[in-house]
Amino acid sequence: MLRFVLRRCALVVPSLLGLLVVTFLLIHTVPSDPAVAMAGDAATPEQIERLRKQYGLDRPIWEQFAVYLDKVAHLDFGESAFSRRPVALDIAQRLPATLELTFFALAISVFLGVPLGVVSALNHNAWPDYLLRLFSVMGIALAAFWVAIMLQLLFSMQLGWLPLRGDLTSTMPRPDRVTGFLAIDSLIAGRWDAFADALKHLALPAVTLSLGGLATIVRFTRAGMLDTLQQDFVFYERAMGYRWLRLVWIFVLRNSITATVTQIGLLFGGLIAGGVVVEAIFDWPGIGSYTVQAILTGDRQVMLAVTLLVGTVYAAVNILVDVVHGLLDPRLMERG
Amino acid sequence: MMPLLSVHGLKVSIDTDEGTAQVLDDVGLSLERGRILGVVGESGCGKSTLIRAIMGILPKGARVERGEIWFEGENLLVFSERELNERVRSSRIGFIPQDPLLALNPVFKVGTQLLEVMRWHAPDDGSRGGERRKRHVGRLVGLLRRMQVPDPETALERYPHQFSGGQRQRLLIAAALACSPRLVIADEPTTALDVTTQHQILLLLRELVAEFGISLLFVTHDFGVVAELCDDLCVIYAGQTVEAGAVLPILDAPAHPYTRALLACHPDRATSFTGIPGSVPSPLAPPPGCRFAPRCGDVRAVCSAGQPPQGRSGTGAEVRCVQYA
Amino acid sequence: MSQVLRKLARDLPAMLGLGIVLIVLLIAILGPLLAPYPGDAAASHLARRLKPPSADFLFGTDNLGRDIFSRVILGARGALAIALTVVSVAMLIGVPLGLIAGFRGGWLSETIMRVTDVVLAIPQLVLALALAQLMSPSLESAMLALSLTYWPFFTRIVYAETRRLSASLFVDALRGIGAGPGRIVFLHILPNALSPVIVRATIGLGFTILVAAVLGFLGMGATPPAPDWGLTIAESRTYLPRAWWYATFPGLAILITVMGFNLLGDGLRDLVDPRIRRSR
Repeated sequence: MLRFVLRRCALVVPSLLGLLVVTFLLIHTVPSDPAVAMAGDAATPEQIERLRKQYGLDRPIWEQFAVYLDKVAHLDFGESAFSRRPVALDIAQRLPATLELTFFALAISVFLGVPLGVVSALNHNAWPDYLLRLFSVMGIALAAFWVAIMLQLLFSMQLGWLPLRGDLTSTMPRPDRVTGFLAIDSLIAGRWDAFADALKHLALPAVTLSLGGLATIVRFTRAGMLDTLQQDFVFYERAMGYRWLRLVWIFVLRNSITATVTQIGLLFGGLIAGGVVVEAIFDWPGIGSYTVQAILTGDRQVMLAVTLLVGTVYAAVNILVDVVHGLLDPRLMERG
Repeated sequence: MMPLLSVHGLKVSIDTDEGTAQVLDDVGLSLERGRILGVVGESGCGKSTLIRAIMGILPKGARVERGEIWFEGENLLVFSERELNERVRSSRIGFIPQDPLLALNPVFKVGTQLLEVMRWHAPDDGSRGGERRKRHVGRLVGLLRRMQVPDPETALERYPHQFSGGQRQRLLIAAALACSPRLVIADEPTTALDVTTQHQILLLLRELVAEFGISLLFVTHDFGVVAELCDDLCVIYAGQTVEAGAVLPILDAPAHPYTRALLACHPDRATSFTGIPGSVPSPLAPPPGCRFAPRCGDVRAVCSAGQPPQGRSGTGAEVRCVQYA
Repeated sequence: MSQVLRKLARDLPAMLGLGIVLIVLLIAILGPLLAPYPGDAAASHLARRLKPPSADFLFGTDNLGRDIFSRVILGARGALAIALTVVSVAMLIGVPLGLIAGFRGGWLSETIMRVTDVVLAIPQLVLALALAQLMSPSLESAMLALSLTYWPFFTRIVYAETRRLSASLFVDALRGIGAGPGRIVFLHILPNALSPVIVRATIGLGFTILVAAVLGFLGMGATPPAPDWGLTIAESRTYLPRAWWYATFPGLAILITVMGFNLLGDGLRDLVDPRIRRSR
């Protein structure tokens, strides 16, 4: 098992190295002087020159790359031109909020999507199936930012049921930061009011983020189930008298789930990306809104640090997906 | 003595894209207690549909139009799905599938799968919970040992792909017997195996029938297997029973032209590669009258006119042919 | 060919998709002729700003009094133009790379595929945003950025098909009779690899419209007063909730258009690869 994981990690290394090279090149070779870009628009020539020395931009490119690798290894991603703080610090502070949102969205997509996919498959070509298929086709075509605005329009502005933006009502005192996850910290501090408020704030952004994934998971689960249900062992298990519900939800689902797991993995990356816009719209204090802010202010260091981060997370998730695949289908582990 | 299982006039049709197919049209068979009945026919003759009809797992679009399936005095066709599942499958009728690799769920341990069956269908011996499970494991291990599956204790912890073909088939035989059924239906269980293993499995089955006091319905396309294993025989052609009776007399003196032709083609008896001229009629458009008429060497004008009557051959076998009416 | 078309015709969702795509295409081409107020691409009529949907203005008017229905129609042209450009460029880059990688093998192939992996390793939107930002925001750089993030999809598909086909017997036979590699690749392998490419391109068109809308929304794509769908939604935010029509209709346009391409792409995929697990 461990060997399997290590082997997977080894395969990912070239991609990560490539990612590092790409981000490095993007900082240092894409048109316009990086020093100028880092200094911002209002900098004087002296400031630019100082930055150039400070970041070693006057050295040969190989040396710069080595320095870059060293910095990355020490988790030094430079300084944000906007906040004037180390990017690494900003990211560390904002990451939990994004993770919290991502997990909630993922949870909705998976725990709602898989059962719906199964229901759809069991009612093959009947009206529940058609309805669900319609929803899943729509789900992938939805523009997240539009859905966000529509949901805000309906639930926040018109009905007033849910808050418009942010992760906590501004007048509500924040619970002490333990994990950085607002909902969990509220529970740890025993603050039910903060917990409820946090959940209310999570609702709209999480639902918005979850829709695309929900549609995909319903689709893939349905396809996997329909495929599996045709296989011989299903007939055998029926002949042996397996209870139908257990047969479907335990024995058949396990077989169908591999394609869905891949999708869940891909989803994670998509959620981080999709989260960018959703966070911006809902004013969610996470990496996404940080990125948008960086885009709008031309904050290069931040942009590239985020790209690097996202790429790494993606790679890590892919490894995790492979591991889960191996656990679900023991045959895969043997082949490595 | 009432037969354990008897099928009368079974007619099953399946809706396909190209129309309604008459897969089974007047199939009958009779299995006495403690005996082994071989159901023989080429691929496509409806053998699998027959099994599915007995087990109550017909595919979507399939309908039982007519007929009865009597098992221990009850007509299985009137049972609901729930009743079949709770009262018949595994507990009274066991099943041995054709391809042991495809039949087992690849992502679950063998033990998990077998214990799942026992959990719901093993006879109640008064024990509960963990104790009951332990007893089931014990019984399975014992059965596996009897089937000569190597390392029976650890076998349950392994996955289907970790066994050889022959071992898997033994596993499935053990599974079929686990809940002490009266009747076991075997769907060509030796087709996917090599000849030597085939022989071993057949021997094993013979022993088990005597030892466990079960009756066996053995579906196959191979007369050689039938000769080796079965007491009685039922020949099916194009969805109809054409000849039925005790094995040895029929093999000595086959009555129905199809049976004769089939036996003549068997590698052990054939002198040439000819086979039977013509092909099996499509269930979508069965010929009027006798279904074998287009290919029959003894065909007469009356054969295409209407359904041939049931008669008796010299050996006492039931034959669907005008020559024996 | 006709058999293929007949099979497609039986697939209702795919037909619906085809219908939508054709209508959108028509709207894009005929744009100014179909819009009731074609001048509203640029002109403003402050007297009738923020009016709700009515017989005169089917989708209402925006904050400059422009007819939103007309602007949505006119926006189709931009959306489709972006999508077609991006996907074409991505194909122009990706398909040849895939052919080379699949046919040649060796370190060249490895390099190409590793680069493909790296680019695919980053979620598209993030990469597109990073690129668009670095190249100074404009419509052109947005399109370039999108193409640069999409080509790997084509490379992967073409690579797989090329590898499969070059290992096949008929290519060996072609080599045997002395056919040169160029001939083999272009006359024999490419046509066979084309079907999955077309499927991917169709879905890619839908996807690009979506991403382009996001870029437009963020201000990374089209600039005012262009009737870009994403941009319009961005502009609408300040006037919510009163002018609900302002945000709703452009969004619906995006939804229906993308759905159309997706449905069509799915239908095409079902045609092209019946082997792949797919259940209708």
